[in-house]
Amino acid sequence: MADSGVTDGLCDTDDIERSKTEGKELTKEEKQRLRKEKKHQKKIKEKKDDAASHEDEKKKKKKKEEKPVGAASQPPTQPSQKAPAPAPVPVPASETPALADKPAKSKADLKAERRARQESERASKQGKKGDVGQPVPTSKPKAPPSELQPVVKRLPEHVQVDNPDVLKKLAKKLERQQIPLRSDYGYKVSLFSHLHQYSRKAPLTQQLGIPSTVIHPAIVRLGLQYSQGIVAGSNARSVALLHAFKQVIRDYTTPPNEELSRDLVNKLKPYISFLNQCRPLSASMGNAIKYIKKEISNIPSQCKEEEAKSKLLSCIECYINEKIILAAKAIAKYSIEKISDGDVILVYGCSSLVNHILCEAFEKKRKFRVIVVDSRPRLEGREALRRLVQRGISCTYVLISAVSYILPEVSKVFLGAHALLANGYVMSRVGTSQIALVAKAFNVPVLVCCETYKFCERVQTDSFVSNELDDPDELIVTRKGKTQLEHWQEVPSLGLLNLVYDVTPPDFVDLVITDLGMIPCTSVPVVLRVKNVDQ
Amino acid sequence: MELQAVLMAAGGGSRMPDLTYNTPKPMLPVGNKPLMWYPLNLLERVGFEEVIVITTKEVHKMMSTDPKMKDVKMKLDVVCIQEDGDMGTADALRHIQQKIKTDVLVVSCDLITDVALHEVVDLFRAHNATLAMLMSKAHEFTDTVPGQKGKKKTAEQRDFVGVDQSGKRLLFMANEADLEDGLSIRKSIMRKHPRMHIKTGLEDAHLYCLKKAVVDFLADNKSISSIRGELVPYLVRKQFSKTTNSPKIKDDAEDQNQKTIDELLISSRDEPLLQLAQERSCWNDHRGDMSEAYHGGKLRCYVHIIDQGLCYRVNTLAAYIEANRLAPKLFEEPAVHPSAVISERCQMGSDSIIGALCQVADKTSIKRSTIGNSTTVKEKVKVTNSIIMHGVTIEEGCNIQGCVICSNAVIGRGADLKYCLVGSGQQIEPEDERPCLPCLKRGYNPQKH
Repeated sequence: MADSGVTDGLCDTDDIERSKTEGKELTKEEKQRLRKEKKHQKKIKEKKDDAASHEDEKKKKKKKEEKPVGAASQPPTQPSQKAPAPAPVPVPASETPALADKPAKSKADLKAERRARQESERASKQGKKGDVGQPVPTSKPKAPPSELQPVVKRLPEHVQVDNPDVLKKLAKKLERQQIPLRSDYGYKVSLFSHLHQYSRKAPLTQQLGIPSTVIHPAIVRLGLQYSQGIVAGSNARSVALLHAFKQVIRDYTTPPNEELSRDLVNKLKPYISFLNQCRPLSASMGNAIKYIKKEISNIPSQCKEEEAKSKLLSCIECYINEKIILAAKAIAKYSIEKISDGDVILVYGCSSLVNHILCEAFEKKRKFRVIVVDSRPRLEGREALRRLVQRGISCTYVLISAVSYILPEVSKVFLGAHALLANGYVMSRVGTSQIALVAKAFNVPVLVCCETYKFCERVQTDSFVSNELDDPDELIVTRKGKTQLEHWQEVPSLGLLNLVYDVTPPDFVDLVITDLGMIPCTSVPVVLRVKNVDQ
Repeated sequence: MELQAVLMAAGGGSRMPDLTYNTPKPMLPVGNKPLMWYPLNLLERVGFEEVIVITTKEVHKMMSTDPKMKDVKMKLDVVCIQEDGDMGTADALRHIQQKIKTDVLVVSCDLITDVALHEVVDLFRAHNATLAMLMSKAHEFTDTVPGQKGKKKTAEQRDFVGVDQSGKRLLFMANEADLEDGLSIRKSIMRKHPRMHIKTGLEDAHLYCLKKAVVDFLADNKSISSIRGELVPYLVRKQFSKTTNSPKIKDDAEDQNQKTIDELLISSRDEPLLQLAQERSCWNDHRGDMSEAYHGGKLRCYVHIIDQGLCYRVNTLAAYIEANRLAPKLFEEPAVHPSAVISERCQMGSDSIIGALCQVADKTSIKRSTIGNSTTVKEKVKVTNSIIMHGVTIEEGCNIQGCVICSNAVIGRGADLKYCLVGSGQQIEPEDERPCLPCLKRGYNPQKH
């Protein structure tokens, strides 16, 4: 059907093409005609689709009428369909003779078609709002977004900081929960202006009363430790979070006329908001919170308070034991198979899991040496270096700028992960993807070690969409008494960016070692699916 | 509940006997408010709702009648102790040990400050510290103190305070009086913290955050009687002592049954989880050696040193005068109380304060002074740089400069007082000229020169 349109247009375009091949410039009129032809072809295509879908619709309607099932959906659809039905019906009727003929349409015809199309769209939109179950092909290919809303997920609010409506909603929510709002600090680089950026020198406790009554003191302490970086690292943060939750549960008493299973979850919500304000939650923390909330809501209502509390406490202990301690042991066991004598292993930053693996391998009398790669501003590699050297492992320490010089010596790269995303990407400390890239270029195997509780349902292909911005003042360094960047805020064209995470594509990762075994990066969605089925 | 506040208001004010002869130190008026109102106001502003006040019966009686104290909206749990009972601050804490259920914030009644209290408490929370205290740069008082001929610099015993590189961790604390042979620092401290800053120009604000375990420890160890003098140096020393390695060797003063402070600290629940979190965390408070965060020590003492802002301890006369001048600036209250009657021909400077129910007559000049409640100032009086407490009557034609006049005194007509300290209830004869006379005690009538 579309061919007719094309053939119709071709005779006109032939001239133009001929003139092109002859090397003459297209005259203005010829250009205009070309544009018109293109537009016309587009319109014809769309109308044909519309007509086809309407005809299909009509057939479907007839079938529906024959089988009166789901009568409720019929009455709203029928009147909405009847309104556009007469409109498009004459249109395709008028169209088909037009299509069979030459495409030379008058302006009035085009206008009528456009108006009819708009009316049909409007009617179908209203029909859609009343009844979501309408078949999607009713809409045009360029459907308005309101019709697709039930399918599209909403963006989380922590990546929409530059949207004032979202900020207002967040402020309202925090006010309701009686938690102070932490304000952003400093100039944000435009690519990352949709993320929060806080200052370490302005802790959230400034705005809280000192004997904190709204928020449990263990949670205030935890939030402070997060924001000052005293508890850093995915595992440490989760363990500290669960420890604080244990104290909260211990001090909790069910108010009268309330059920523990519902009330405790509501009590935890403001604490989680508070911790989020102190430092954005990590994927592992998110999974731990989901687990606890599920356990709390699964408590039967007949259960006495003391019993319920002790059950919850033992659940938390169990979770930590299984998912963190035993998982570390299992991962160490698998990894030791991969470490052979004479290996030179490269590690980046300070990953608690990788350090554990290396220490265990050293205990099992494997002979290897380690190269610790470090980067500013956190310089976490120094801590990793200390822990390894304390055990007796021989180490080399370089900064990330020397990675390509040191890689020829390296036989394996072990990386830790902050989270593993559902499309196989590895989210880890900023700099990890760089190391993986260089390792790939040198054909050095890259092994990522990650527990399954850090697997996350999110999908990300770049490091911009969802990340964390640390305090930009951390980048300022004083050398020989001079602080060059001291007044960086006064320079209008200067912005400091202190990113925390980045994502590594699965092409650069050769193996992921988890407590379930050694899997390729692409098997992460399978693990997630299995986990969901289990739960 | 996170912290319980304890206000120590039983101190005698031994360094300013003239002022405290009649009025106990916590009720001395500073800017027309009783001295203990200031720390209570600080606690109230920060968000405390209950305070345990340790004081004497006399102060308790005065508190209930004072109008300013009624402004305090917090619940005050007053514990009275004997005044002459020679009770130190640590003894007082031991006395109320039953009331202490959580960590404790101890404040002295003579502290006037506008510090952001969360800075001290954040150190206490974030590092899980045993002790967190507040110190400020010591002030030099430049004004002439009444009752002292010339500037006599008393040899104040200095405090030697050693902090680490970050300026937050307290490594060493000793008073000059205890260091006769010189300052000796243990090698174990130097090994752990090779860089130590020793400061001498600091003044202790007597604001301490203490863990509950410390209060329990005090209950067992009755030999410690003062927080500042004994408990704090003991805790600072204990940070680096090796008690965990050698449980058999005990300190001299402790009995076999007493628990050491380390044992009390470790016996918290979920200690293994906290250990696990600390192990897995990639943070260390120091670098350069092989030890873990905090060198594995459980006992940690922190200090917050403020160099800007107001922080005074009103325990000497000079501090009292300085505080009177600066304290009103902390709050935005009208300089003249609405119930005071001031005639129009009175020249009042902007930094003077007039209390309630005062009567100031014509042709008076009041500059840089504080006038207490219910004071009467007659005509042609010139008051400069002075502090006049409640209920004083100043007759006509007086010239008062740089004086401190205690409550209910009567200054006769035409008296000319310079840098004097007039005790309470005293009567100055008319036409008296007193340049820089030391304080007049009750019952002593000065002769005319």
